[in-house]
Amino acid sequence: MAETSVRNFNINFGPQHPAAHGVLRLVLELDGEVVDRVDPHIGLLHRGTEKLIEHKTYLQAIPYLDRLDYCAPMNQEHAFALAAERLLGIEVPKRGQLIRVLYCEIGRIMSHILNVTTQALDIGALTPPLWGFVEREKLMVFYERASGSRMHAAYFRPGGVHQDLPAKLVEDIGKWIDPFLKSLDDLDKLLTGNRIFKQRNVDIGTVSLADAWAWGFSGVMVRGSGAAWDLRKSQPYECYSEMDFDIPIGKNGDCYDRYLVRMEEMRQSAKIMRQCVDLLLGKESVGPVSNLDGKVVPPKRQAMKRSMEALIHHFKLYTEGYRVPAGEVYAAVEAPKGEFGVYLVSDGSNKPYRCKLRAPGFAHLQAMDFLCRGHMLADVTAVLGSLDIVFGEVDR
Amino acid sequence: MAASLSELSTYLGEKLPGRVKDAVLAYGELGISVEPGDLIDVATFLRDDAGCQFISIIDVCGADYPSRAKRFDVVYHLLSPKQNLRIRIKVQADEETLVPSLTSVYPGADWFERETYDLYGVLFSGHPDLRRILTDYGFEGHPLRKDFPLTGFVEVRYDDEAKRVIYEPVELKQEFRNFDFLSPWEGTDYVLPGDEKAKTN
Repeated sequence: MAETSVRNFNINFGPQHPAAHGVLRLVLELDGEVVDRVDPHIGLLHRGTEKLIEHKTYLQAIPYLDRLDYCAPMNQEHAFALAAERLLGIEVPKRGQLIRVLYCEIGRIMSHILNVTTQALDIGALTPPLWGFVEREKLMVFYERASGSRMHAAYFRPGGVHQDLPAKLVEDIGKWIDPFLKSLDDLDKLLTGNRIFKQRNVDIGTVSLADAWAWGFSGVMVRGSGAAWDLRKSQPYECYSEMDFDIPIGKNGDCYDRYLVRMEEMRQSAKIMRQCVDLLLGKESVGPVSNLDGKVVPPKRQAMKRSMEALIHHFKLYTEGYRVPAGEVYAAVEAPKGEFGVYLVSDGSNKPYRCKLRAPGFAHLQAMDFLCRGHMLADVTAVLGSLDIVFGEVDR
Repeated sequence: MAASLSELSTYLGEKLPGRVKDAVLAYGELGISVEPGDLIDVATFLRDDAGCQFISIIDVCGADYPSRAKRFDVVYHLLSPKQNLRIRIKVQADEETLVPSLTSVYPGADWFERETYDLYGVLFSGHPDLRRILTDYGFEGHPLRKDFPLTGFVEVRYDDEAKRVIYEPVELKQEFRNFDFLSPWEGTDYVLPGDEKAKTN
């Protein structure tokens, strides 16, 4: 064959590809089977969340946050609630903080199970998702028992959480932890030593720590490259500073290390959950779950039957909402996928003037070209799987 | 953390005289304003100086204040993992101002600047590929501007006769309900319905 007839080949990966994790369209330029250029086209799931939040009161904004990263909805609500609380200058009572931490860790495990198992699915292993989703479904039941909804919970509100947890639910969460650790070990046995899994992940999508910072990576993406950076430790919020847990880090910054970090993070999350459950059943078994400031947190149903003031508060909070003092804050949480931040600008009215949602997946996905260049076509799915992309938050 | 932020604020004032216009420390966060022309220098200093080491770009976003002469704020959030500090840089711009792109300092600024261009129409000079990113192919306008209506201008549907997706002007079955809960007793900055003649005589 003459040399002139060799040419690069452009293909469309997605938007309807099962390994695209949603609606990603990748335009790949291939030289044979080697990737020369990746151009991700995103925005196919853009719903204008930020614009919508500008037209809603602070409380009405909460459900939109659930619909960003729908694998761990409460972690997103958490960032927004923290931002609003900072502007309002209100505190969350201890029991409310523990419930938040408990549910954030449930969200982290839900997200990591989904990611680890579908990463395996992307490179051809069918069993891990079947096993992992059993546990994930149980966690969703815990979501449902707390908030009434499996996914779109709207449970964390500025000031605390919506309702208290029944003791039976906390006990059931406590009973779930040990069997979960066992099934996590099963998952570990399926994947960690698996020859095919290693061949597909080791030394794929390697990223150095300096590059990781410069590209705006966060969460597992920097921990996989060797930085012990976790907002729960370095800039603690809620009662994470009182919790005992470790930060796993990787050495090589490849897909396999990121997988290992996620597996260990699930164990650490289970450890945090155990501490929360013990406290919620023991020392903190009674107490308010949200701030008692009637100007921000709606009154209880029983109080409205007897108190005129509570009734007025209820009416005002569900029509006008509350005014938030003018100012701007950036509140970030360690979401399962990385640093999820909310930049909230208030002009003193009952609606946010500007609400920018900083999604970790957006920063990770923009490095696709940097990560995939020179890899084989089949590695694109492995890299994409280990980035942990969810299009709800990338496209917003 | 607030103590080290005020230290950082005075340190920046010494090291970058005249470039850091006003440093505001509020809600435990430090925000500085710079001129568009100084942005690259300030960001490079913040990244490379041993006392700063803001090596990670967290976010770039716009904000629209239509009543101002320069209506847009471009807001940068940087993170220093070594010092465990965050900083916010603000640059003011209008529709014509060219804001220098930070992609040469932080490669991660790429998509965030594209997003700001897409949603606000802020122009960045020196950006390798300033295309729209979140909105539809062939979209017109900048949706996060305050003068862009929430309902947009066009809607999309699949036309069964033409056998393709078509775009049509938005037709609302009922008017968009934007409730106004601001209390008339506290003085509104607009004329209340029915009060049009109240101040004429």
